[in-house]
Amino acid sequence: MAGLKITTLKKSFGRNTILQNISFEVSDGEFCILLGPSGCGKTTILRIIAGLDQCDKGEIFIGDREVSNLTPKERDVAMVFQNYALYPHMNVYENMAFSLKIKKLSKTKIDKKVRKAAKLLDIEDLLDRKPRELSGGQRQRVAIGRAIVRNPRIFLFDEPLSNLDARLRSTMRVELARLHQKLGTTMVYVTHDQVEAMTLGDKIVLLDKGVIQQIGPPQKLYKSPSNLFVATFIGGPQINLIEGVLDADKNKFLFRAGSLIIDLSSRSGLKKYLGLKVTIGIRPESLMPADGPFLGSLEVVEHIGSETILYVKTVNGRIIAKASPIFQRKTGDKISLALRTPDVHLFYKGIRI
Amino acid sequence: MNAAIRCELRVARCGFKKIMMKLSKLIFCGVTFVIVFMSLLPFIWFVNTSLKTQAEVTAIPPTLAPSGSLHFYHSAIVKYDLLHYVKNSAIVAGATTFITLFISILSAYVLARLRLKYKGLIMGSLLLVSMFPQISIAGPVWKIMQSLGWLNSYQGLIIPYVTLTLPLGVWILTIFFKELPKELEDAARIDGCNRIQTLYKIVVPLAAPGIFTAAILVFIYAWNEFFFALLIMTQRKFQTLPIGIALFQGQYTLPWGEIAAASTVATVPLVLLVFLFQKRIVRGLSAGAVKG
Repeated sequence: MAGLKITTLKKSFGRNTILQNISFEVSDGEFCILLGPSGCGKTTILRIIAGLDQCDKGEIFIGDREVSNLTPKERDVAMVFQNYALYPHMNVYENMAFSLKIKKLSKTKIDKKVRKAAKLLDIEDLLDRKPRELSGGQRQRVAIGRAIVRNPRIFLFDEPLSNLDARLRSTMRVELARLHQKLGTTMVYVTHDQVEAMTLGDKIVLLDKGVIQQIGPPQKLYKSPSNLFVATFIGGPQINLIEGVLDADKNKFLFRAGSLIIDLSSRSGLKKYLGLKVTIGIRPESLMPADGPFLGSLEVVEHIGSETILYVKTVNGRIIAKASPIFQRKTGDKISLALRTPDVHLFYKGIRI
Repeated sequence: MNAAIRCELRVARCGFKKIMMKLSKLIFCGVTFVIVFMSLLPFIWFVNTSLKTQAEVTAIPPTLAPSGSLHFYHSAIVKYDLLHYVKNSAIVAGATTFITLFISILSAYVLARLRLKYKGLIMGSLLLVSMFPQISIAGPVWKIMQSLGWLNSYQGLIIPYVTLTLPLGVWILTIFFKELPKELEDAARIDGCNRIQTLYKIVVPLAAPGIFTAAILVFIYAWNEFFFALLIMTQRKFQTLPIGIALFQGQYTLPWGEIAAASTVATVPLVLLVFLFQKRIVRGLSAGAVKG
């Protein structure tokens, strides 16, 4: 086991800059998620950590050792690929034993390790089968098993659940969390699925266009997004954004957008933004159907069992709110929304105030 | 009334369609049979002749059904030393196949996987080289072999054969290697393999159908080749089967039976190979045609 440290990583493919100045640390035993939309460079970071791609600039430390110029073999990391990458001509046992054979371990040791990993993942019955004879979930377990047997310093996961159906994905998510608790190894996990990121990660590194947008625990990213990208990327349904102007009225700071006025007196440090264009962000769960500043008509009502999602057409655009599961009103009805909490995010030029 | 007529018309149309379908099937089968028969005719003819007696070969009118005598096989082996030519052909074709595949696997892997600047040009040149007519390079090849002192030697034939069959091998295998998912190689590198280990432990076993196809085609070429063998192998000691059989004919003799028996011996192994591995060869040749 070991921690991971990446400093000022840069990578370009031809004229396209893929990664710019990437620096972050993962503590020993931490579960770190690299999150971002497709093409943001998260898989490239993972491949550079693994040694499959070389960076143009920057350093990678695994534990205290700099590994930037080492081969994948010398880095002692294990990787689980998106499409499993199981060797089709080998059975499950041979797939799991392959890296140990390359290491020239004795047959008894290999057997012991493979069977131990198989037991941990509950795939003992599958050891004689070829990958083509396995279901998606089983293949994923084998791919994880192949990584476990090596007892690596770091586990790297490249969107390992994206090929599974929704039900299996949630089951495997729980299993991965359990596995991390059991093994206690440092894990770096790439995903574009924020639910996976929020539920699995101790820490999230959120990327966009090759630049880190924010690093922190999932709740921090949710509750204090550092910019508009983070605010919109994290959270579903998406955060409501309204552009307006910051105004003052008798020692009160007010946000005005047309007829909408929100009192921001509880916030400090707003003086220098007076008269400037700002954006407020309100999470759907911070709004509820009650007398409040948001007036409009119900566009769509989604009953999803545990709660009801309301899409309200207002003069400030579409506003999304959450209501209780027994919410009764229908599409087209007039509705007023109030702020449930004073939880309003404020951004100036896209950056959190 | 109208409905009844319409119904009858529909039945008649259905019947006509069925007849047309059957007819087109029949025509297809008939044409296929004629093509196959015409292709197989020489083979059938010399297998048939090889199983006749001397009297049956020269009989007028000719006898169609052979008596099943193995006399000509015995004569071809004992009198004309057929097995000597078989041995030479096996050595030349075997070595050509092995060397061509070895070089093809390495070059095709490079062409399939590495980012090379002039990859298209290299592939195009390979294709161009493979199109040169044999006669145009015969002179230079003979001169080179003579200067090297390799006329009438196995390597004297193996090296030109390797040169001529390499484009085919490289093309087939490049297409095959390109189709293999890159993640498997990444996984192998993470598992501790270097490039060469990745190639022979992961890539080669997975590209087996392609390698097999290339092997069969190269082997058939080297086994059947006549022109270079005639040019380079002038001594009986190194002559291959096609030359050996062609030289069965003396100034005053034409041993049809022995020639037929030797031709059968030369052809049957290839036919068996292709029959046995037909599926793999078809899979190898059609690689890249459809998304797998």
